[in-house]
Amino acid sequence: MLKKLSMAAFAVALSATSSLAATEVTWWHAMGGELGKKLEEIAQKFNESQTDYKVVPVYKGSYPETLTAAIAAFRAKQQPAIVQVFEVGTGTMMAAKGAVYPVYKLMADEGETFDPKTFLAPVTGYYSDTEGNILSLPFNSSTPIMYYNKDVFKKAGLDPEVAPKTWKEVEEFSKKIVSSGAAKCGFTSAWITWVQTENLSAIHDKPFGTLQNGFGGVKSEFNFNGPLQVKHWANLKKWQDEGLFKYGGPVGGDQAATMFYAQECAITMNSSAGRAGVINNAKTFTPGFAPLPYYDDEIKEPKNSIIGGATLWVLNGKDKATYKGVAKFFSYLSKAEVQADWHQFTGYLPITNAAYDLGQTQGYYGKNPGSDIAIKQITRGTPSDNSKGLRFGNFTQVRTIVDEEFQALLANKKDAKQALDSAVQRGNALLREFEAANSN
Amino acid sequence: MDTKRTTFNNRLLPYLLLAPQLAITLIFFIWPAAQAVKSSFEREDPFGFSTVFVGLAHYQQLLADPNYLDSLWRTAVFAVSVTLLSMVLGLAFAAAVDRLTRTSKVYTTLLVWPYAVAPVVAGVLWWFLFNTSTGLLPFFLERFGILWDHDLNGTHAMILIIIAAAWKQISYNFLFFLAGLQSVPQALMEAAAIDGSGPVKRFFTISLPLLSPTTFFLFIINVNYTMFDTFPIVDATTGGGPAQATTTLVYKVYQDGYVGLNLGSSSAQSVLLMLIVMLLTFVQFRFVERRVQY
Repeated sequence: MLKKLSMAAFAVALSATSSLAATEVTWWHAMGGELGKKLEEIAQKFNESQTDYKVVPVYKGSYPETLTAAIAAFRAKQQPAIVQVFEVGTGTMMAAKGAVYPVYKLMADEGETFDPKTFLAPVTGYYSDTEGNILSLPFNSSTPIMYYNKDVFKKAGLDPEVAPKTWKEVEEFSKKIVSSGAAKCGFTSAWITWVQTENLSAIHDKPFGTLQNGFGGVKSEFNFNGPLQVKHWANLKKWQDEGLFKYGGPVGGDQAATMFYAQECAITMNSSAGRAGVINNAKTFTPGFAPLPYYDDEIKEPKNSIIGGATLWVLNGKDKATYKGVAKFFSYLSKAEVQADWHQFTGYLPITNAAYDLGQTQGYYGKNPGSDIAIKQITRGTPSDNSKGLRFGNFTQVRTIVDEEFQALLANKKDAKQALDSAVQRGNALLREFEAANSN
Repeated sequence: MDTKRTTFNNRLLPYLLLAPQLAITLIFFIWPAAQAVKSSFEREDPFGFSTVFVGLAHYQQLLADPNYLDSLWRTAVFAVSVTLLSMVLGLAFAAAVDRLTRTSKVYTTLLVWPYAVAPVVAGVLWWFLFNTSTGLLPFFLERFGILWDHDLNGTHAMILIIIAAAWKQISYNFLFFLAGLQSVPQALMEAAAIDGSGPVKRFFTISLPLLSPTTFFLFIINVNYTMFDTFPIVDATTGGGPAQATTTLVYKVYQDGYVGLNLGSSSAQSVLLMLIVMLLTFVQFRFVERRVQY
């Protein structure tokens, strides 16, 4: 309660300072560190490119914090024009029809050209309604890939240019790495939820929930406790017991990157946006990049992986001039040069085909081997209902539950089947709550 | 004892003098609490477009939820451990410093320092010390055959937050105990010493009983502290994990309300938490206070 009050007070203070000549467009975001600086640079460049509008980026903390702050501000009628919301908040935002000004509508109202076909299909698919209208502007999207340590591979007698393709190879390679003493552990992973459960399901064309993974409506139910997921979780537990796999912690799994940088683990799996961090931190070894592994006895041609990251949502309740500015800014953001610059700097996916093409003509991917793995992985094959993405309400909490059940598995409290069954059951309770809260 | 009474003829004045404090209490305590009670009976989407009265549904759900009951039990373990640990150590330090003559100021200053540390910083500090891959303490514990892993071992995680929360609170208890000890009449101590009782016996038969009002006061304050103010410590160290092993009631309120945006259930939880603390305080005043010598 107090938090809500102080947040409202902060929002008031914020809006009180915005009365300059140019129309101000506030943009709440969750990009800290290097990414935040780059984001501010983009806003700065837009502001310098014209004089009518001034985009003011405000850092609001982590993704969940930014979303909660925006909601509290909306309730206090002090909302920003643009807010960056992570992909798991998509269900929440889509359900809030009265709060959101859909991007396709905004662009049409303001007469800006906006063609969904110019954007990468797997990215826009995630953020479109059932009629194919884009509701929020894709800004930073990533997908998980595999990172490995070429020097450790060499020490273990493996070919440093050959990354493991399948989970069987991950196991074999890890055994060699550990038994030869090249590293203490074979592999680790960030995001057990996103990488080892959600993406695992998508790549193997297995459903995560009913009704096309929730795209079909709020009545969907989770079913990620199928044989494939159980097999994979049981394997991770087995590999942990054998010392091949090390757990990197809940949520983003911060320890995974630490263990990879310290050369404790030879392989890690993380967001493609972790690329800049890997290159900066791999001072004493050469990193390699590869697609996520798969089970070749489950699927011959792995499907596309699914995205994470965030999009920009426009909130209702601002004046016409502000929305004009938002539309102009979104057009600027979608420009190939701007997108390509952001993509190449951060490791996020290029959002438009033009930005990808520009990177190719610039020779960026040739000069930076491995930098196009994420985009190739996300565009391979034809997306199925199981690999189009996920759309569930209360999904932040569901991820917490999946993390908890995975920890229970690793701590010998449950086996893989029990852990996943319990995660599904607890997750479904949250889905029913979301359904009840959003259907009246 | 004779006291001088000053009387005011103006009947309005006392109310005016009370007004600012009352206003603050009303706006910042009573009003939000009333709001919490109200929204605990409602189901609402995060943006507040649709609000439905659901009666006691949230409470029924919570009390039937094994995770919530687990959290209740864990909070009890946490509160009792932190209170005992920080009070016993606070008292021990106070007794030790009380016997010092020349250096007591220095020790007092040093012992009070942790209280000035923000809870979240205290959490991060202990998180670093216990960090499984780079921390100092797991390194030493390994020599005793203890593989420290608070990322997966719930007991380890609980110990970590108990230590971090107690460490911060020792200073506070220490200060009050020291003040209490210093107000024990010197004459009593000297009389006991002449009668031949040693320092340990004097402590247990004279100081400790005379400290009972302080102890009682600190007991309530400490339980309230662990119930409400330890949120940053949990957030900075374990984030409630592993597998909810350190999800205390107040942390669950945050997770469900702030992260999960489930305002109704979160409000119901904070109302329950409020009731628990009210009940505890009532029990303490009603029953424990009777046995306290003032």
